[in-house]
Amino acid sequence: MSLVTLFLLSVMVFLGGQVLPGNVGRAILGPFADQRAVDALNHSLGVDRPLLVQYGSWIWNFLHGDMGTSYVFRAPVAPFVVDALGNSMKLALVAFVLVVPIGILGGVIAALNFNRPLDRIISLGGLSVTVLPEFVTGIILILIFGVWLRWLPIAAAWPKGAGFFTQLYYLILPSLPLFLVLFGYIARMARSGMIEALDSDYTRTAVLKGLPWRTVIWRHVLRNALLPTITVIATQTGYLIGGLVVIETLFRYQGIGSLIFTAARGKDFPMLEAGILTIGIVYAVATLVADFLYSVLNPRIRLGAEQ
Amino acid sequence: MSATDTPVSLPTPDTAQRSPWGEVLHSLLRSGTFLTGLAIVVFWIVCALFGQHFVPYDPLASDIIDALTPPAANHWFGTDQLGRDVFSRVIVGSRDILTVAPLATILATIAGTALGLVIGYFRGIVDDIVSRVLEAFMAIPVVIIALLAIVALGTSKITVIVVIGLSFAPIIARTVRSAVLAERELDYVAAAKLRHEGALHTMFVEILPNVIPPILVETTVRLGYAIFAVATLSFMGFGIQPPSPDWGLSISSNYGMIGGGFWWTVLFDALAIASLVIGVNLVADGVHGAFND
Repeated sequence: MSLVTLFLLSVMVFLGGQVLPGNVGRAILGPFADQRAVDALNHSLGVDRPLLVQYGSWIWNFLHGDMGTSYVFRAPVAPFVVDALGNSMKLALVAFVLVVPIGILGGVIAALNFNRPLDRIISLGGLSVTVLPEFVTGIILILIFGVWLRWLPIAAAWPKGAGFFTQLYYLILPSLPLFLVLFGYIARMARSGMIEALDSDYTRTAVLKGLPWRTVIWRHVLRNALLPTITVIATQTGYLIGGLVVIETLFRYQGIGSLIFTAARGKDFPMLEAGILTIGIVYAVATLVADFLYSVLNPRIRLGAEQ
Repeated sequence: MSATDTPVSLPTPDTAQRSPWGEVLHSLLRSGTFLTGLAIVVFWIVCALFGQHFVPYDPLASDIIDALTPPAANHWFGTDQLGRDVFSRVIVGSRDILTVAPLATILATIAGTALGLVIGYFRGIVDDIVSRVLEAFMAIPVVIIALLAIVALGTSKITVIVVIGLSFAPIIARTVRSAVLAERELDYVAAAKLRHEGALHTMFVEILPNVIPPILVETTVRLGYAIFAVATLSFMGFGIQPPSPDWGLSISSNYGMIGGGFWWTVLFDALAIASLVIGVNLVADGVHGAFND
């Protein structure tokens, strides 16, 4: 499945980056350049070959670590992409480490207070912040914590050689909009999983056989309730990546999102293609890891596969 | 076939009985969520349609001497870096997003419904292949697809509408498909087949009217996401273009200065987007509730 997505993405990236823009040489050299110069450049860039050949060699090179040469920097794309990916991972990790436990906790608390005011507040609040575009929550958070309270820096650009905690300090504000978008989804899934598990026969049995409430929740309810949540967390990686493009632009953070954005702005197609395809690979890996985790945590699937 | 053979469809004498659509309307009008959302959305529609007639200033007129003044009696929301009145711009700024996002949603609904009907009705290999491709497609974030397409095709309102419309179509197709899968087993579809109705007739005349409720729910939900996507693209410079007073665009041209404390140049636009998105989602929530009670 993830492979189909990756293939489709690569075709789209290829079409978008190399076919639709038309004459690459003309685009680089401008409308007044000599036709022979344009042809020569097209030939040296290899864009005068048949499409299938171009696609094949592009993928082949990509898989061997050659992501092409940036039109803008006139340098290999790969180091830029690797650096940016590392930065994005840091930001995404901060957001994830914050949102997964807090989101699950929110959902569990909401479910345990089903239909009471606390449930309403968590559910409605979570839903409202989830539907807002990241840059809107980002702007509002910047205004509150960066401009009015002056607690947090408004740009995610730490001084060179900053240590772990300084970097973390700079990453809190950018990770908050991502946190808010994901919080609603995770909390909602955790809540509905909990409600279903609380309502089940095995929970009733556990309560009736006299187990303490704490044990019922930990051993019986949570284990079953959180399985669907794990799947949701994995599918959210896609949204997280979409959000990164916006957030990194807003906070001027040198990640893969702002790399894509800058490349798109500058029509630097090799950079744009490499960035997007890299994101696609990250997404595919995340989905695989989630499938694996799910089967580890869910003995029913594991046993089913062995039979 | 005469009417007497189908007593179920005869009008019942009981006057308290409402039609299914009347029932839905009734529960919509009693839903606080729906009405709150509707009020917000209608407010912005009115601003989009008539805003330019009642705003105090021309939203595009700049006045450099008056630039970046904080909110005051003569400029309720202050002025931006070109001295344009922020209040007037926020009011009129709803216009472009309320044109582009609904058109994209309509395109997504039409394309998605047609696709969903076809794969749901024929099932089999067509469904297998198309569904896999759609799933793969849906895994790619819309912002990424849009960025790629818009860079390749150039920015215009039409491009934004088409790109967002086509990236949302698979989601609607999936919803329609699962609704059609349930409907196609029902007797009225079998009857249509016995009458030798063509596949097109069965899909669009027989099945389509019966799958309208899930389509309507999905469309309102999609509208919320379309506004999300258009605002985001405009903020990134790939959506609505200057000199439009669009909210996302205004934020993108002013947020560089918020470090200097010029909060009013972005806050009101951000709140406007937030209110519109939440309004549409409340409407969607109400519609969902009305059809599922």
